[in-house]
Amino acid sequence: MSEKEPTGTEAATPNKAGNSVPGLDFNGPWKYDAAPQSSDQIDLREQYDLFIEGHFQKPEKGRYLPSVNPATEETLSSVAEATQQDVDKAVAAARKAYNKTWSEMKAADRGKYIFRLARLIQERAREFAIIETMDGGKPIREARDVDIPLAAAQFFYYAGWADKLDYAFPGRKARPLGVAGQIIPWNFPLLMLAWKVAPALATGNTVVLKPAETTSLTALKFAELCQDAGLPEGVVNIVTGTGQTGSLIVNHNDIDKIAFTGSTEVGKIIMESLAGTDKKYTLELGGKGPNMIFDDAPVDQAVEGIINAIFFNQGHVCCAGSRLLVQEGIADRVLQKLRDRMETLIVGDPLDKNTDIGAINSEQQYNKISEYLELGVEEGAEMYQSSCTLPEKGYFCRPTLFSNVSQSNRIVREEIFGPVLTIQTFRTPEEGIEKANNTPYGLAGGVWTDKGSKIFKVGSKIRSGVVWANTYNHFDPTSPFGGYKESGQGREGGLHGLYPYVELVPG
Amino acid sequence: MNIPDYSQSPPIDQVGVEERVARLNSRSIKKESKIKALEMALSMVDLTTLEGMDTAGKVIQLCQKAKRPHPYQPDLPTVAAVCVYPRLVSVAEKALRGTSIHVASVATAFPSGMAPLEVKLEETRQAIEDGADEVDMVISRGEFLEGNYNYVFDEIAAVKEIVGKAHLKVILETGELQTYGNIRKASDLAMHAGADFIKTSTGKVKPAATQPVTLVMLEAIRDYYYRTGHMVGMKPAGGIRKAKQAIQYLVLVNETLGGNWLHPDYFRFGASSLTNDLLLQIVKQKTGVYQSLDYFSND
Repeated sequence: MSEKEPTGTEAATPNKAGNSVPGLDFNGPWKYDAAPQSSDQIDLREQYDLFIEGHFQKPEKGRYLPSVNPATEETLSSVAEATQQDVDKAVAAARKAYNKTWSEMKAADRGKYIFRLARLIQERAREFAIIETMDGGKPIREARDVDIPLAAAQFFYYAGWADKLDYAFPGRKARPLGVAGQIIPWNFPLLMLAWKVAPALATGNTVVLKPAETTSLTALKFAELCQDAGLPEGVVNIVTGTGQTGSLIVNHNDIDKIAFTGSTEVGKIIMESLAGTDKKYTLELGGKGPNMIFDDAPVDQAVEGIINAIFFNQGHVCCAGSRLLVQEGIADRVLQKLRDRMETLIVGDPLDKNTDIGAINSEQQYNKISEYLELGVEEGAEMYQSSCTLPEKGYFCRPTLFSNVSQSNRIVREEIFGPVLTIQTFRTPEEGIEKANNTPYGLAGGVWTDKGSKIFKVGSKIRSGVVWANTYNHFDPTSPFGGYKESGQGREGGLHGLYPYVELVPG
Repeated sequence: MNIPDYSQSPPIDQVGVEERVARLNSRSIKKESKIKALEMALSMVDLTTLEGMDTAGKVIQLCQKAKRPHPYQPDLPTVAAVCVYPRLVSVAEKALRGTSIHVASVATAFPSGMAPLEVKLEETRQAIEDGADEVDMVISRGEFLEGNYNYVFDEIAAVKEIVGKAHLKVILETGELQTYGNIRKASDLAMHAGADFIKTSTGKVKPAATQPVTLVMLEAIRDYYYRTGHMVGMKPAGGIRKAKQAIQYLVLVNETLGGNWLHPDYFRFGASSLTNDLLLQIVKQKTGVYQSLDYFSND
């Protein structure tokens, strides 16, 4: 038997004994062939109008925006830009539907419609997954296994609440608010739509929804589902457009509630606009999630958790674990494993079933991430990127980690919203918690330790809406989600997610 | 090198291991990469017969199969080894002489390991003398579960001393160790005691090899490599019957340890019925159609 010597191409790293060990070789002879998901059956119109009162209607000003596939830079379709008159029409349609049908309907019947929407999403799951991937750049594996199933689950879950609201709020009656204006982001287009629309409909409100300008297509496909489901006209209205359209919704006089998911910057503007009005609101904003690895953690699974926390959906995740905090004793080991693991990430065509990291959502976001990469280097951080080759076209970014950083670095403080991780160390749980909380954000965090008592002790001291223990980025419709501090107001999901859409009166 | 404290083997998170396996199973292996995987898997098979009813005749037929897996596909790789009971080593050695196929023998009172140490060592000595160049030993699970790690360590080291330059595969019998924590600990222990390969199972206990167990062992091998620079091999055995499963195992290896381990010197399948399914799929990839099972030899 031959004594085969390792032929690793990476730089040798010294091990504990002081010997130099060649790195593992992940560019070996066995490469997976491309396994692209076919998009032949996908039916996209050249142009999408606004969905108002159950019909697609041309925008008053006749302006359209291109919707680009970020992986190919090709235009997929164009979507209407809604202006004042369009928003007025949509709100009026929602108001009419609220007054005449939706709030008057038996709760069990409302539930039936929502169940129907859930089933239709399941039936057309593959189609939605492919469009989500083409429009937004996320890997088909994630769209197929995460986005679409969770969106359907959200509708199923809230459909169940529709006729049980009396049990959700014992002794009180839950009254709907009226018309909800909902503005959603581009990172999980259909899933965020589901998070917003499902609880609103279940509680008897009607909806004017604005999808993000770069990722409107699945929302418009959802509009087709509303037609297929026979949903009463005007209950769901979808107006596409830029931030301008969003601000028209926020400032509209006949809207009772605003639900926004997006950046903290825009969230602050919305709060200013809403101050002094009687609109209710929920804001789900940015984050800079601390992911804490203790020295008694299951290290290999923690490394996997670090990867899921930051590289899921190209890091376009508001609750991403973008700040890694590792206890000093195991920091070198974790770093070495992390680098090797990053080498195995497949970056490329989002439609390839083997792709782990797809395209950055838009040119604008790509430029923003690139600026942060430059900034990190300028700030003196040590940058490591995986050695993968990137496609020539499209907006792609190598998975990146920055070490030699501290709390005072901007790349540690600001939300990058890309596949960029910073690594810091801590010595004691106390110090770790202090660093974890030393941020204006507070959306999500992670704790990795084999010790149950430590999970509870540390978990309860991290000031964020979600703390995952020995896992990361797990979602479930029954679980509330939302932020502390500048990460937002109010909760979505679960029983908590019903509150923002109802007024409680003595029963 | 210092022998580590086995109570310090890292904890393993069951949910995390199983999720990682599920994610790796979603890899889609097509076209050329599939053919390559199938041929690679074939070259890694330890064709095995371990039954009370084994005879010289049975072993000779198995060796013929090892040399020429498919009667009409002469260009295919041969399997890596034929694995038999010690009594039949000389038969296998004779039948495989002049080929590159290894002769592997189970030893140390396989499968239970419940014999005095002297008997186990004598059995190993005999197998080596008869021509085995690979020995698959079982660890004393009872001693391990009692916490007598030193006993288990010394036993492996004693067997390795007799095995010498031949390769020692250490069977943990993971179905009896049951927890991932135990499996990790036993892997660490076996590698430090001199194992050239660590192996999941005898095939006599259910569950035999599983992918999560294999992943835990591959991660132990990786840590040992980081620590020492020494490459230890891995052999899942038992329960792997389908080509699709075999490819999933190769993905596990490829993305945990990298390409250097994708070689029969560092990865083996302990299996018997897997061979024909690999052949069936290889022929399918090459010709576009499935042959009737009657075209594949059952030895």
